Amino acid sequence: MTPFTTISGAAVPMLENDINTDQIAPVPTKRSLKPDYRELLFFRARRRDDDTLDPDFVLNRPQFAEPRILVAGHNFGCGSSREAAVWALVAVGIRCIIARSLADLYRENCLQNGVLPIELPMEAAVAFEARVLASDGAEPFAVDLYSQTISGPGGAPIPFEIAAADRIRLLEGLDDIGLTLKHQQDIAAWETRTRAASPWLQSAIRWEPAEVQENVL
Amino acid sequence: MSVSPYQPQTLFDKLWSAHLVTQRLDGRDIIYIDRHVLHELHAPHAFEKLQAASRGVRRSDLTFSMQDHTVATKPGRTETTNPDSAQFLRAMRAGSYRNGIRLFDIDDAEQGISHVVAPELGMVLPGATHAVPDSHACTVGGLGALAFGCGTTELEHILATQTIALKRPKRMRVRLDGSLGPFVTAKDVALRIIAEIGVSGGRGYAIEYAGAVARAMSIESRLTLCNLTIEMGARSGFVAPDDTTFAWLEGRPYAPRGPEWDRALAHWRTLTSDDEAFFDREVVINCAGLEPQITWGTDPSQVIGITQRVPDLAADPETKAKMERALAYMGLEPGTSLLGLPVNRIFIGSCTNARITDLRAAADIIRGRQVAAGVQALVVPGSTTVKRQAESEGLDRVFLDAGFLWGESGCSMCAGSNGDRGLPGDRCVSTTNRNFEGRQGRGVRTHLVGPEMAAAAAIAGRIVDQRSSF
Ligand code: SF4
Repeated sequence: MTPFTTISGAAVPMLENDINTDQIAPVPTKRSLKPDYRELLFFRARRRDDDTLDPDFVLNRPQFAEPRILVAGHNFGCGSSREAAVWALVAVGIRCIIARSLADLYRENCLQNGVLPIELPMEAAVAFEARVLASDGAEPFAVDLYSQTISGPGGAPIPFEIAAADRIRLLEGLDDIGLTLKHQQDIAAWETRTRAASPWLQSAIRWEPAEVQENVL
Repeated sequence: MSVSPYQPQTLFDKLWSAHLVTQRLDGRDIIYIDRHVLHELHAPHAFEKLQAASRGVRRSDLTFSMQDHTVATKPGRTETTNPDSAQFLRAMRAGSYRNGIRLFDIDDAEQGISHVVAPELGMVLPGATHAVPDSHACTVGGLGALAFGCGTTELEHILATQTIALKRPKRMRVRLDGSLGPFVTAKDVALRIIAEIGVSGGRGYAIEYAGAVARAMSIESRLTLCNLTIEMGARSGFVAPDDTTFAWLEGRPYAPRGPEWDRALAHWRTLTSDDEAFFDREVVINCAGLEPQITWGTDPSQVIGITQRVPDLAADPETKAKMERALAYMGLEPGTSLLGLPVNRIFIGSCTNARITDLRAAADIIRGRQVAAGVQALVVPGSTTVKRQAESEGLDRVFLDAGFLWGESGCSMCAGSNGDRGLPGDRCVSTTNRNFEGRQGRGVRTHLVGPEMAAAAAIAGRIVDQRSSF
């Protein structure tokens, strides 16, 4: 995983609450195993009814052509578990989301992909959003995970909180599977214990052929 | 602090500690996953990454593969009926085969939506942990399992380690008091809860549904109730298992048998929250007098009772803007009634409401009647097993004679991943779980309801109260 240390660049305001994964990365009409994630990002919101790009949509405005930070309201990323909704952000260069709050699953998916999810308390969020709106992409904002600060035009640096474990994982770009595999012995021990105590959990055997299935519903 | 000899525990605490392998260096809990069910939309990516990292699947014997999201529903379908789907179906087949995972392929007699198939085959067990790379994994909480929807990287993590690394959620209990009136279902209860606590009210919690209403529910209803847990923002939701659960499960193909069943049963009877156990949040909903519910907006908390009116705009500017946007998309005005609103599309299906009981309830309303002119109505059973059962009861004839389309099992119009979609401006009454903008096709206006109301709307060609004559 790409480590996250500091980034700097355009901070894009999308301040609505409850922006869901169907909005962030909609199911495309033509599905592909390897879609163009840049294209996928806010695919519908970016377009008008006649399929032309909507010049007013924030990500279509020239000052946000190279976005780095997304600024969101409450519960950003609610809805489905699709990780494409994070991959699409990464594809256009966004590595940090600063929100009033993020949906649980979405936040996990961010951490898995080196995207820093920051949740600001209400008062700090309101002040920061005002600065982002005032700057309107004219000057960059910077996020520093070492010092845990957000800085940029319009005021003093803003400190943010993040769980120590998540911070280290992002800073060092730790591979999540690798972290767990360090505990393979514990996993094997759990399996042995459970095989003795609750054997039905450790085996998924089919007892009867399909035909006998009738009438169990 | 003195250590008390007896600490009352919630059911969640019991399941969590039973599955806790250890705590990881970064402070996350490693939780063992007893059953892992994959689907073709997300698993192929994970298979590919696993192979690239030269990692194997730790417990292919506890893993199952399902083709559900992209399969065509057209009778006589093949993997190329929907040309875009073939790449997903083939990659899933190849990946499952390579890793020794039992695949329920498109033509399998037990294929279907994972959240429907896993319970009905008894893959899910009370007190077991369960994961699916799909947010509605929570559905199987209806059997008293602790389930987690997960992302693609998490899915790869589970394949490689048979565990998931999580922060321990807080505990919420939603107590459902009273009893349900005629034609009022688990779907209505779930929509009401979302209306009360909001789409992020469950964020950071595991929810236990309790109370007289949950206890009186059939397993199918409990599965419906738990299905909507993620729409409250919670990853896991469950109902403690009881005699209803055990009776439903006994004899299913993957459920334990003989002495092992007896042993399991004795353990399952201990799976309740202790009296006095502490919950971080308690919500009480009185279901007496609850009427059938319907969504008017574009998130599942924008819900009213069928005889109520679309609410007036909120005073708070943020909520107001959100409501205005939803109303504009839905083509509705504040203060109006949804009763009588013309509709042109009906979908009865999805992991929420496509089990046999749902189809029976809908068929009871439709029997001997005709779908209104200009309405396109589609029923897609939640699994091929459900489809077969419905056909053996003659329900397919009831639907077909009324003018419904009768599809092969899959997710279909729930998310449109298989190409089943509406057209811009369609007003669709749907038994699914998400009414997001564009979910059922660009510009499609979705109203979430239970199967009875969807059936009634198909016949009337407009939104009606299924309790009235229409
Ligand atoms: S039916 Fe809908 S919600 Fe359920 S698994 Fe399929 S796409 Fe997801």
